[in-house]
Amino acid sequence: MSLELKGITKSFGSLLANDSIDLSVGDGEILAILGENGAGKSTLMNIVYGLLQPDAGEIRVNGQLVSINEPSDALAAGIGMVHQHFMLIPVFTVLENIVLGHEATSKLGKLDLTSARAKLLALAKDFGFVIDPDALVESLPVGVQQRVEILKALMYDAKVLILDEPTAVLTPQETDELLEVIRRLRTQGTSIIFISHKLREVKAIANRISVIRRGKVVGSAEPSASQEELASLMVGRPVNLAPDKTPHTIGEVILHVKDLTISDATGRALVKDVSFDVRGGEVLAIAGVQGNGQSELAQSIINLEPHVVGSMTLEGRELVGMSVHQSLHEGIAFIPESRELDGLISSFSIADNLILDTHREKPYAKGITLSPREVFAEAEVKAKEFDIRAQSIKDPASSLSGGNKQKVVLARELSRPVKLLVASQPTRGLDVGSIEFVHERILAERDAGRAVLLFSTELDEVLALADRIAVMYAGKILAIVDSGVTREKLGLLMAGVVE
Amino acid sequence: MKNLIAMKSFTATQRRQTWLHIVLFIIALFELKAFGFGNPANAKTTFGFTLAKEWVLIHTWIIGSATGSYLFSIIALIAAVVAITLIALKKRAGLATAVTGLALMMGFLCWAAAGKFIPLTGMLQGSLLLAVPLVFGSMSGLLSERSGVINIAIEGQLLAGAFASGVVASLTHKSALGLLVAPLAGALISLLLATFAIKFSVDQVILGFVLNVLVIGLTDFLYKKLLIPYQTTWNSGPSFSRIEIPLIGKLPIIGPIFFNQTLIVYLMYLIVVIITYSLFKTKWGLRTRAVGEHPTAADSVGIDVNKLRFRNVLIAGLVSGLGGAYFTIGSTGSFSKEMTSGAGFIALAALIFGKWTPMGAVSAALLFGFADNLQGTLSIIGVSIPSEFMLMVPYIATIIAVSGLVGRVRAPKADGIHYSRGGSH
Repeated sequence: MSLELKGITKSFGSLLANDSIDLSVGDGEILAILGENGAGKSTLMNIVYGLLQPDAGEIRVNGQLVSINEPSDALAAGIGMVHQHFMLIPVFTVLENIVLGHEATSKLGKLDLTSARAKLLALAKDFGFVIDPDALVESLPVGVQQRVEILKALMYDAKVLILDEPTAVLTPQETDELLEVIRRLRTQGTSIIFISHKLREVKAIANRISVIRRGKVVGSAEPSASQEELASLMVGRPVNLAPDKTPHTIGEVILHVKDLTISDATGRALVKDVSFDVRGGEVLAIAGVQGNGQSELAQSIINLEPHVVGSMTLEGRELVGMSVHQSLHEGIAFIPESRELDGLISSFSIADNLILDTHREKPYAKGITLSPREVFAEAEVKAKEFDIRAQSIKDPASSLSGGNKQKVVLARELSRPVKLLVASQPTRGLDVGSIEFVHERILAERDAGRAVLLFSTELDEVLALADRIAVMYAGKILAIVDSGVTREKLGLLMAGVVE
Repeated sequence: MKNLIAMKSFTATQRRQTWLHIVLFIIALFELKAFGFGNPANAKTTFGFTLAKEWVLIHTWIIGSATGSYLFSIIALIAAVVAITLIALKKRAGLATAVTGLALMMGFLCWAAAGKFIPLTGMLQGSLLLAVPLVFGSMSGLLSERSGVINIAIEGQLLAGAFASGVVASLTHKSALGLLVAPLAGALISLLLATFAIKFSVDQVILGFVLNVLVIGLTDFLYKKLLIPYQTTWNSGPSFSRIEIPLIGKLPIIGPIFFNQTLIVYLMYLIVVIITYSLFKTKWGLRTRAVGEHPTAADSVGIDVNKLRFRNVLIAGLVSGLGGAYFTIGSTGSFSKEMTSGAGFIALAALIFGKWTPMGAVSAALLFGFADNLQGTLSIIGVSIPSEFMLMVPYIATIIAVSGLVGRVRAPKADGIHYSRGGSH
């Protein structure tokens, strides 16, 4: 089946999210759509799937004009979608999720799951998936949940399958398996639209690549194009994918963590007996698939976690048991995982966000009042130094782009005397330009002799920045390896495999 | 003591349940000391089991007041220890908990009614009656909240149902007509709730609260201007009488409690059964739960989220409106000012206590009804506890039960969150 988009245009207020986009995917073809976050990829796909209505443009299936006003229209036209955030109900079983929206009933309106069950099992067998139809979705690993999503689309005869950032939540191994599944779907005649900003995967899977930038299709490329070529097409200027890393000079141990265990409110251990050191002038990256205890470990360093047992010393001073305020003033800079939720107060101005940590100190505080002049003066300086692009520093932080928000967080955290920088997923969701900036700042801290603890789920980032890599799996540090490690070895460790 | 020491390795649930049973154990000890040994030695407590013309299994049971308290508090002590042991072994302790609670209650009654007569069956029958509006209210809340719309307006819906059915029955002299308009009155409030909450995305809690105030104000006004001055035409309606179900209505104890009730109570049984079945076994139920948990996912498979929510809120109004009829044509026939007196809010508590499940909510409503009725019965037979304290009993029981048994409850994930497409932008 072929799908053709012509002149799709969509704006939200003054923002033109899709500007007259033309795209097509043919029978049994894999089209990759490459673009940065905010380029308009998801908007486009939500239009194709009927979740949004375009302002202009048309959609053709097998040459026939179709009007898609509802997801049900898309399903009827043979278009299925695997969303970036799964459209599965965690407290339902696999089978319940599959039948939702297509329920068969017997007498007294009773749900009849027998035929759906048979069809699901047959389909799963075709693909060699092992799926328990009665398992609760929330109890399944993310990779399996994604398979449920794919099966859900196939159950209702999707001939065009849209996959929106499908590898964002997967381990490298799961990613490989997914790519294999996609290839098998293609051989069965399913057309695939694969949306991603990950160059490596796009090159590995696509028949054709279309690049979207600021709502426009800016070009197409063959999968044989180099990563640098693709990246510059995506960003619109030459980019340097591998930051320049100078050889480092290792200093003294700055952070010493010993037998640290972190539990949740029910007493379940999320981080188990973790020990490691970070020295001045090195980047220790904690790699791992999301949800293996990294978030808790990162938060515990500034004492944001309530149930911590063990020891953590910064230049010999015990951190465990300190208040957050004290920990920060011991010389820790902290870049939280979610800048929107934990890094900034979105409704506060940029200037106010820059003094969240120091508002009670001179010169910002005078007695019990704040001194706006000092606050604004300081903000102007910081905005220049960290290249924060805003109309005014009095604008709310929510008006900034992701990259500029992260620059505000960096500017604030690096203004204190720093011995240790803890950066948790510092480039998640950022555009390539901002990623470059953040990476440069992190390496600058390292080169200045500070200790850097980097938490990242992105393999490329870990390999680009780290001097040593600790891999976390199920709350434990499986191994600490040198940065010369191969991707394959690292991928296996992230999946919990130790040779 | 060993269990206490081992508590370090317990999960939060185990810890909480253990503490609850330790509290129950201490209450039982207190009961043993104060009621068992500190009771007039020769006073007797009489429990009555017959109400009307049902078959008689046992008429009355007379037990020495001290003996009874002594006996039951020892049973409670043993059951509490059994429960703690079961919890430590990670086994289900529900039965042991129930026995503990029941024995504590009986021990208390033996003491409280020393030298007096307690109509036990009558008390349970009354408990069921007091639970009726709570059950209707919590079912209404369930229908609405399971689909993701918070229904604080239950109180207003009950009151509107009570007012409408009372007035219509009084004007037409037909209680059946009153029964017909009650759900419509509730649905009218729901229509306002649904329109503003779903169509105009007004905050659901504030909206529900405002609707309650509106109904209270409106009914107060009409009561003063119409129902009092023209009482004979406007506020002296007929009411339903009890109907005994043949055969099962004659069963000892159970018969009079459950099967010699008014039409409204039988309707309540029916509604609870239908809702339980529909929520877990039908297409509508699956979609309702889906929409209440993850509306975007439901939308992505072609379910019209807001339409389903709108419909569910309307049905919820029908149910609580019907429940409102209990206050007027289900009992005396006449309406009085603010006669629901917070039942809608207690119904909401029952819903939460029952973890948003039909059976849980019904059990909670029955428990609240019992606590409420116990208080009434004891003050009627003249127990030497200040009535203010007795009035607290239902609420204290609720707090102990909720904190000890239920712990952290999980509401439908999208409860109270307005849904619109592309809301993530």
